[in-house]
Amino acid sequence: MKHILSQVFHSGKFVVGFCIFMSILLLMIFYPIFNPGNPLQIVSIGTFAEPGIYVSVYDAVDSDMNTLKLDEAPAKRLDSVLKSEDRVKMVMWFDAAGIPVDNLSIHDTEALLTLWEENYDATIRPEGMTKADRNYFQRLDGNLKKVIVTHDKVLARQDPSSSELSVIRTIEDTDYVNIKKVANVKRLPLGTDNFGRDVLKELAAAIKTSIFIGLVAGSIATLIGLTFGLLSGFIGGLVDDFIMFITNIFTVIPAFVLLILISYSIGQDQRGPTTVAVVIGLTVWTWTARAVRSQVISLRNRDHVNLSKLSGHNLFLIIFTDILPYIASYVIMALILQISGAILAEAQLSLLGLGPKTTEVPTLGLMMNWSMLYTAHLNGYWWAYFPVILTIALISFSLNLMNTGLDQVFNPTLRD
Amino acid sequence: MAKELCLSGKNVTKVFGFGDKKTVAVNHVDFDFHVGEFVSIVGESGSGKTTLAKMLLGLIHETEGEISFLGKPREIKGRKQKREYWKEIQAIFQDPFSSYNVFHKIDAVLLDCIKMRGGKKLPYEKKVEMMTEACSFVNLKFEELTNKYPFELSGGQMQRLMIARIFLLKPKILLADEPTSMIDACSRATILEMLQNLRNEIGMTIIFITHDIGLAYFISDTVFIMEKGNIVEYGPAEKVILNPEAEYTKRLISDVPKIHEEWDLSTV
Ligand SMILES: Nc1ncnc2c1ncn2[C@@H]1O[C@H](COP(=O)(O)OP(=O)(O)OP(=O)(O)O)[C@@H](O)[C@H]1O
Ligand SMILES: [Mg+2]
Repeated sequence: MKHILSQVFHSGKFVVGFCIFMSILLLMIFYPIFNPGNPLQIVSIGTFAEPGIYVSVYDAVDSDMNTLKLDEAPAKRLDSVLKSEDRVKMVMWFDAAGIPVDNLSIHDTEALLTLWEENYDATIRPEGMTKADRNYFQRLDGNLKKVIVTHDKVLARQDPSSSELSVIRTIEDTDYVNIKKVANVKRLPLGTDNFGRDVLKELAAAIKTSIFIGLVAGSIATLIGLTFGLLSGFIGGLVDDFIMFITNIFTVIPAFVLLILISYSIGQDQRGPTTVAVVIGLTVWTWTARAVRSQVISLRNRDHVNLSKLSGHNLFLIIFTDILPYIASYVIMALILQISGAILAEAQLSLLGLGPKTTEVPTLGLMMNWSMLYTAHLNGYWWAYFPVILTIALISFSLNLMNTGLDQVFNPTLRD
Repeated sequence: MAKELCLSGKNVTKVFGFGDKKTVAVNHVDFDFHVGEFVSIVGESGSGKTTLAKMLLGLIHETEGEISFLGKPREIKGRKQKREYWKEIQAIFQDPFSSYNVFHKIDAVLLDCIKMRGGKKLPYEKKVEMMTEACSFVNLKFEELTNKYPFELSGGQMQRLMIARIFLLKPKILLADEPTSMIDACSRATILEMLQNLRNEIGMTIIFITHDIGLAYFISDTVFIMEKGNIVEYGPAEKVILNPEAEYTKRLISDVPKIHEEWDLSTV
């Protein structure tokens, strides 16, 4: 046993697969510990907040401030509102308004801004410019005004009865607060989704549910397949014919079609993750049954089985001690493939809107379904769907890699 | 020698597969084995010896024909009947390396035998004593074998342990299917000697399967020659080998390398 384990962990493929899978498991286990709470809780009003660190402005203005004299601060401030595409657009405006821009480089910020200040007029309606374009330039102008001229900003409090404003303090452009001193800072490494929920937290919970579905469905499929395969392979005769008949029926009807029909007939409200897992498990066992059966048939005429019979062992003892240990490695590999298959099956079902009900727990498939319904992929909200796809791919990839690694250890003929 | 019948067969046939893949492994054979005999079944590879042996053991069903045990038609439909039958007839298989369950310790094999002889409730010391005795019968030391796995033994040791198993079981009939084919000449002599000891001490009927006609002549009372599933010749060893009638037997004898010069093979 020890020997086999050390061999398994010497297989490069297995180790890589194992490490990937373990990292996913670590994320699944530890992220909720650092960031507890309901994964379906809505944290942001409005959809698809970008990934990043969110600092509470309300708390920041009350924090102790330090004065930092940083030379690059004004330039950065300007850059944040004047991106390179804005510069190109500005030149386009000059063109449309008929202002000569002979030797103006778009990187020459000063010249660009002077020309803009001198010439921009919101009332001018250059030809060929839509209302949206004009709004864009107005917005740009407003932003520029905010940063070019450094007005001091004032922090004031409103008296509830008289609505009078009393100035608390002035905020200068050299005022900084230490992020550690701000009471409320929210890290959203993967932003929020269409409902305004923390995507990473949701992802960690979804991995958990999906792996649960994979384990349950994979175990059910392997258990049914194993039982049928063992019985039909070992007993043979009528039992074999009957079991193979059932197996063939299930093979002829594609498992996925069956899955869709059953899921649809159960109804959204009844479909918890467990139900979905059971349904998946009940439809995909056939190939395990076939594979186990053929293994058993090649084993049942072996001399050690004959000797066991001659020693008076009964059917179940022979199956458990003389057949099962010999195919154990094979069954484990089948189980791994079934788990990975079940996780993919859940994702497919959910994408079609036939997955578990949406109110309890997220699953990888449901997260894909939501981001698709809210067209995250069309609007470039990559954080809502790309990490999910990547996770599904990695889970499936790592499981298959582990399987190949095991295969190489257990079937030495495949070793290179 | 008016001996009692112990195993006999009429029209015994085994067909594997159907249609194009049909193989007639054993083809309508008749035979009578008597109590206390040392019978050899000789034939080249693929002649159906193992298949016949498995049918005799009741491990596979005969396609056709009838096998009688101790003069009465054999009844081994139920599990209980099979268990009883296997108390009387046991086997040593061709390949010792695949005869053991690699996940079980050697002790388990021997303990099963004691259990089968009704010694399940014996105290453990008594069991150890029995196992030690059986091992010493085949020149093995139980203390060295206990708690070992089969793959830690040599082929010869494995095959001798199989004989120790038979020694514990003391069946009426032993089917030895080429027990010496996978081991070296030296161990071969010891194993043959042990088989003969078994017969002499317990009065066992031994059905010995081999492809070596010289060996069969050397050790057996009666010889059956099998060719492609048919029994082409049988009779007392001297008669069959010194005065063969069937072409096939003559060919088998001529194939024997002539190192055993003391045998009179001039008729060939
Ligand atoms: N389980 C089986 N299924 C199909 N064909 C079989 C099976 N067992 C044996 N046969 C066929 O039956 C024939 C006889 O085989 P058998 O094993 O009885 O030969 P044998 O005389 O024991 O040969 P050897 O000396 O090599 O052990 C062979 O042609 C073999 O291919
Ligand atoms: Mg054979």
